[in-house]
Amino acid sequence: MKTDIILAGVGGQGILTIAAVIGEAAVRRQLFLKQAEVHGMSQRGGDVQSNLRLSDKPIFSDLISRGKADLVIALEPMEALRYAGWLKPGGFVVTSVTPFINIPDYPEEAVLMQTLKALPNAHLLDVDAVAKELGSSRVSNMVMLGAASPYLGIDDAALEEGIIHLFGRKGAAIVDMNLKALAAGKALVNHT
Amino acid sequence: MNNSLLLGDEAIAQAALDAGLSGVYAYPGTPSTEITEYIQASPTAKQRGVHSRWSTNEKTAMEAALGMAFAGKRAMVCMKHVGVNVAADAFMNAAVTGVVGGLVFVAADDPSMHSSQNEQDSRYYGQFALIPIFEPSNQQEAYDMVFDAFDLSEALGTPVMLRITTRLAHSRAGVTRRAERKENDLRFSTNPSQFVLLPANARKQYNALLAKQTLFQEASAKATSNKYTPGADRSKGFLAAGIAYNYLMEHFPNGCPHPVLKIGQYPLPIEAVKTLAADCDELVVLEEGYPLIEEALTGLLDSRWVIRGRIDGLLPRTGELNPDHVGVALGFPAVTEVEVPEQVRMRPPSLCTGCGHRDVFEALQVVYKEKADECRIFGDIGCYTLGYLPPFRAMHACVDMGASITMAKGAADAGLKYPVAVIGDSTFTHSGMTSLLDAINDRSCITVIISDNETTGMTGGQQSAGTGKLEAICQGLGVEPDHLHVLVPLKKNFDQMVDLLRREMAYDGVSVIIPRRECIQTLSRKKRS
Ligand SMILES: Cc1ncc(C[n+]2csc(CCOP(=O)(O)OP(=O)(O)O)c2C)c(N)n1
Repeated sequence: MKTDIILAGVGGQGILTIAAVIGEAAVRRQLFLKQAEVHGMSQRGGDVQSNLRLSDKPIFSDLISRGKADLVIALEPMEALRYAGWLKPGGFVVTSVTPFINIPDYPEEAVLMQTLKALPNAHLLDVDAVAKELGSSRVSNMVMLGAASPYLGIDDAALEEGIIHLFGRKGAAIVDMNLKALAAGKALVNHT
Repeated sequence: MNNSLLLGDEAIAQAALDAGLSGVYAYPGTPSTEITEYIQASPTAKQRGVHSRWSTNEKTAMEAALGMAFAGKRAMVCMKHVGVNVAADAFMNAAVTGVVGGLVFVAADDPSMHSSQNEQDSRYYGQFALIPIFEPSNQQEAYDMVFDAFDLSEALGTPVMLRITTRLAHSRAGVTRRAERKENDLRFSTNPSQFVLLPANARKQYNALLAKQTLFQEASAKATSNKYTPGADRSKGFLAAGIAYNYLMEHFPNGCPHPVLKIGQYPLPIEAVKTLAADCDELVVLEEGYPLIEEALTGLLDSRWVIRGRIDGLLPRTGELNPDHVGVALGFPAVTEVEVPEQVRMRPPSLCTGCGHRDVFEALQVVYKEKADECRIFGDIGCYTLGYLPPFRAMHACVDMGASITMAKGAADAGLKYPVAVIGDSTFTHSGMTSLLDAINDRSCITVIISDNETTGMTGGQQSAGTGKLEAICQGLGVEPDHLHVLVPLKKNFDQMVDLLRREMAYDGVSVIIPRRECIQTLSRKKRS
């Protein structure tokens, strides 16, 4: 198997946590993994992106070639669109619909949504609403991961183990909340 | 199979600990910061008492590391590429003294300038200093190379450079660890003149360094990271260094049909280069950074060979490589650039909401507009450099750490009426204190704003060397008490700040204003923990 994923968002939204859970899950399933992150300047409210590559064979490049990504996971709709062009034919986009507006010339939302909806395989999800319903706006990213989980090539149990490993230090309640968020995200896609 | 998932930086840090490190010395700088942070957070390092406190700048870090190596222990010094400029005096001379304990110098380059003001290639510094350079292609190799670099450093008595780039530093992969090696005992050189670089001694030491070059060449010839793989299709051959090797192999999942010389250790293994050249008339060089190998080949080989790379335009001259560039260089069809839809806008970084630097620039902007063409604002390196961007647009220069104060002084000397310097607290202690002394000794008519958020913010909130000491430092350097002010940059103090700026800019001498309020990022982190 081989899955090339682009994670996109705005600095501080938590795409690296999504990457970390997938990473832990991949290690548990003895997969090879390379994950290029963004640190530094652009984390100050700029656009951030991470290339995550999973495979059962050794991986060379840390970066994904244009037109080769299997999946774009975005925590922000305009950022999803920024990387849609990296998808291979038939690749999927799973994105949050909540805009993060920290620039004066943010595009008109209706037009943005229209463009996203016109993509061949896009899931546009209100992950923030789901997270809020669960009782914590901070788990939006795990809802998103749940929604993207059918396209990862990794089983749910491994993702759950990843969450337990990553959040374990923060206590059972936090682990539980994140596991719930994962399940709720998954249900979201199965229903759309 | 995979032991732990580590960033390239973390792999280097873990390797150093496992290889018997006694101290890491560093000043933060993307993409090198996480090496030292990993060691600071390591329980093993704490228990062993491995030194890991941040240094005030890269030069003090380099010198302290050299001191530890002088005393026979293993030391590592880490910095971003522009930090090498700051450390260069100590670095160049450490190559001449040599070392007793192992000394590994990590230079983290940032091609494409993700978080930097240039994309200089540190390999030239390694070559300039005449020392061996290691360049890993992946996280595991980075881990393994740290062991080899320390061993080579001690075996040949030389500092060794480990050169990495952003993509390796900030990319995660599985790394398998080796057994831990004990730290060295205290041990000193038996040669009393080794570290005393008086001309007479320095000449001897320099000759000794030149004599080591053959040994460095032999080490490169034996290095497993320099690997020649023959190939049936000899229409061209590849030299691929560091992570550029991955971009080549990415295109050939079943093995490259052309001969390939992978480079992981310098000086260039000359015999291997000649073997490759004997097989192929056209050589393609894939390297991250400047065309160092490409240039070297033109000296090693005569004009019968066609040498291709960044100089002849086969690959872009600037920026980091990626699989797409390399694919085109290999003759694969270019992936047509998919148009990014026009709704997608630039999203540049910006100062955090609630950041004290914002209040400083809001006030400064007002006073700057009043003085118009008689005022220029000299910025410096840090979060506050974002004061250049809208809505502030209140900065006319940002060059290198500390330059704000000295450039303002030079412009004052040239006749500019209202030069203002804006510098962060960490940048001030890194390189601004000597600048301020120059201005004071010359009674330059400048206004210095030390925007103090009590941390090294841009690189993620590391401890700042001058926290709690800035007024004392300024007074000690000779700033007049009447022209040294501290205030809290908050909306409610806006008028006070504007008045103060007006008053001090009119003063015919050096004034220092210290707006002080803790970085909201470090503050919220403290609250959460
Ligand atoms: C010679 C050199 N070393 C390190 C860096 C990396 N660097 C950029 S900004 C910065 C922090 C500056 O901190 P401070 O001056 O306190 O400003 P803040 O970011 O906190 O506003 C550092 C270490 C650099 N650009 N140049």
